[in-house]
Amino acid sequence: MTVQEIFEIIKEKFNQEQFELKPNIGGEILIVPAKILRELCFFLRDDERLSFDTLMNLSGVDLADGEKKKLEDGTIEIVGGHLATVYHLYSMKHNHKLTLKVLLPRENPVVPSIERVWRAADWHEREAYDMFGIIFEGHHNLKRILLPDDWEGYPLRKDYKVQEFYQGMKVPY
Amino acid sequence: MIPDKLAEFFGVNFLGYLIAAALPLFLWILPYALYAVYAERKISAFMQDRIGPNRVGPKGLFQTIADILKLIQKEDIVPSSADKPLFIAAPYVIFTGTFAAFAALPFSSIYIGSNINLGVFYILAISSFSVVGILMAGWAGNNKYSLYGAMRSVAQIVSYEVPALLAIVSAVMVIGTLNLNEISEMQTARFWNWWIFGGPLQGIQKFLLIIPMIIAFIIFFIASLAEVNRTPFDIPEAESELVAGFHTEYTGMKFAMFFLAEYGNMFVVSAISVSIFFGGWQSPFGYLGNSLGISWLVPFEQVFWFLFKGSFLVLIQMWLRWTLPRLRVDQLMTVCWKYLTPYAFVNLVLIGIITLI
Amino acid sequence: MAELKTDQIVLNMGPQHPSTHGVLRLEVVLDGEVVVDVTPHIGYLHRCFEKHAEAMTYPQVIPYTDRMDYLSSMYNNFGYVEAVERLMNIEVPERVKYIRVIMGELQRIANHLVAVGTFGIDIGAFTPFLYCFRDRERILDLFEMTCGARLLYNYMWVGGVSHDLPPNFIPKAKEFLKDFKKSIKELNDLLSYNKIFIERTANIGILPADTAINYGCSGPVLRGSGVEWDLRKNDPYSIYDRFEWEVVTGKGEMGTVGDCWDRYMVRVREMEQSCRIVEQALEQIPDGDVTSAIPKRVKPPAGEIYFRVESPKGELGYHIISDGSLNPFRVKVRAPSFVNLQILPVISRGYLVADIIANLGSLDIVLGEIDR
Repeated sequence: MTVQEIFEIIKEKFNQEQFELKPNIGGEILIVPAKILRELCFFLRDDERLSFDTLMNLSGVDLADGEKKKLEDGTIEIVGGHLATVYHLYSMKHNHKLTLKVLLPRENPVVPSIERVWRAADWHEREAYDMFGIIFEGHHNLKRILLPDDWEGYPLRKDYKVQEFYQGMKVPY
Repeated sequence: MIPDKLAEFFGVNFLGYLIAAALPLFLWILPYALYAVYAERKISAFMQDRIGPNRVGPKGLFQTIADILKLIQKEDIVPSSADKPLFIAAPYVIFTGTFAAFAALPFSSIYIGSNINLGVFYILAISSFSVVGILMAGWAGNNKYSLYGAMRSVAQIVSYEVPALLAIVSAVMVIGTLNLNEISEMQTARFWNWWIFGGPLQGIQKFLLIIPMIIAFIIFFIASLAEVNRTPFDIPEAESELVAGFHTEYTGMKFAMFFLAEYGNMFVVSAISVSIFFGGWQSPFGYLGNSLGISWLVPFEQVFWFLFKGSFLVLIQMWLRWTLPRLRVDQLMTVCWKYLTPYAFVNLVLIGIITLI
Repeated sequence: MAELKTDQIVLNMGPQHPSTHGVLRLEVVLDGEVVVDVTPHIGYLHRCFEKHAEAMTYPQVIPYTDRMDYLSSMYNNFGYVEAVERLMNIEVPERVKYIRVIMGELQRIANHLVAVGTFGIDIGAFTPFLYCFRDRERILDLFEMTCGARLLYNYMWVGGVSHDLPPNFIPKAKEFLKDFKKSIKELNDLLSYNKIFIERTANIGILPADTAINYGCSGPVLRGSGVEWDLRKNDPYSIYDRFEWEVVTGKGEMGTVGDCWDRYMVRVREMEQSCRIVEQALEQIPDGDVTSAIPKRVKPPAGEIYFRVESPKGELGYHIISDGSLNPFRVKVRAPSFVNLQILPVISRGYLVADIIANLGSLDIVLGEIDR
């Protein structure tokens, strides 16, 4: 099924104004609002015509589309704008793909966790939290995974500044 | 017998017998332990398509000496939270348990360290003395891994003594004596008089005994592999699971003692098998000294045959180590209690019936 | 008399351990010898690959992709360059396609040899490891002949490959494949059908198929549970449809479907299938220039793509977002071992401590790509 047809099936159940289908080289992306994400994912997994049984990938992205303010020490701080989470879904039964994207406000990036829909999302969400600071609501164990538990800051954000000292050791060299 | 001659020489019985019992230690065990380690490394290398030690000395023959020198000069670390008296005593307990067994082994017809009438019983009893040492080592290290290794090792050794003893008892029933020297003397003339081929009996009894004796030997061999913690029963030292098992916390010379004790133990169990089943110090086909008329050559030949057969079984143990994977703890216990022990019982009954014929 | 209360102990299989395949910390809660829970802690090898990728140009990222799954570097390169080529809509010459498949499948054999050998060591069989590495040396010799490196190649570039095959590559590769079939038979005789090995691995770490799919497992882990799923056939890329080969699944021959023995056997049989592919590719390879399609500057148009390949460990995915400049805006790597490791607690509960090691060995993880 193409993305257009999948979108038609989704529109049957959900209000279509909240979505946006963006064209893209690697396949169209469906931009969805955060609040209906978990319901939408359950629908995508359980509906017979769609049956998306695997989550291939879950990435966090820093879109860096806010206002870039220059600080005294030469570094940049981004205010406003969005972070995003991108979900790549795949159906082994019907052999079709779908890409979902959720835009989150930079100052308060909260999105429902889809860990209970596909258990594969567990560590992916922890990594997105670790690297970007995106809070996944409803995740059973949202702790840092790659960095030490007491690290400060979210490294993959575009305006990340490395902390001076970590447990008494000087960090930048 | 040499011990008696030594006693006469010294005038004091005690000194003579002491030296007689200690002689194997210096003349055989130390060189054997050194070269058993070397042989194991070379054999494993050839089986794994590598070369093995070949730098230190011609063909790497002095490798173990270099290793011992290195271990002697290493810092002897005793962890601060370890139980000091137990920690220091453990290697010596294990060492003693192993080497005390050498006193009763019949090296030749004129030399046996201690000619006691309970030879077999004594050796098997003193070998289990090492269990106490292993438990001490595991506990004193104050380390979860060591404790796990020690507990597994104790469970394994204690369990496998049952089939081992049953196998020996079934053989002893036919033989009639526990004195290792007499057992070896019984298996005279050619190799078909060895107990594994039915012994020096006449008639139908001998042929009926062949298969039960072979089974008894196999059961004893497998059980003895477990006694010395060799693969496939080397769970206590399983490197990939518990780092190094019960000797995790040991360094330097104490570690070397564990090692030497293991190789000594391997030889002791091989020597018991050889004495009981394979003719002890008897040659398989007559003595060169006898045919040439040089009578003092015969005892030396006997020593040679004893050491050769014992080393051959040690070689087989090494071969198995590098071929088979290791068994898990519960599978190990299953093999012992569900397979070896029942078979050993059945074998015992079978041999008992045959002796009555 | 009151029942004897036993405590649960927490055992730490720390970052340095002879058999955790790298720096992985496993926190194991034990009740005697029975495992109650296992929690993997990762991050000890985190080298900030994704942050680096944003500061470099597209071709400069390729050596960094080598170092993620350092045992199958060719396939990491393969996935990345194919993803960028799709973004830029570049069509590579036929010879390049064949070379990439040959190198990829040889890399698959090399990777599975390490996996099988180290699995043997974890179980206690020391000798098959050295036999596997002897064969792996010959593959690494082939790679060294072509691009000069034995482990981290930087071989596949955007639009082509860095060096063409040297003249004696094809005869030497054919000779290797002939000898390798005997080696697989030797390995089967020594390890696969050994009774003790089967006792240690059959009926251990059973992974049901629907759990595997829900947790996102892929590669031999998924195929060992009986799911016939291989990206080279089900979501095809490159020229795999020109060759005749089969997808290997676990059938529960020695125990239940989805146990450690099945996963191990899937790897051994996949090596045989890879031999078939390489043989056919060596016959069909055309002539051509391998560097003709390499662009002077790699500047993909704005957009994003998620592209996945069947690396030896599973589904390796690259999510690349480009903003039209010379540097990638975001590169996210979906590493197969990262997702496969999540299944370790699920398959280890209720078994013994020794089985955790067997399970971990059968999952075949590499910390380089888990932590990136």
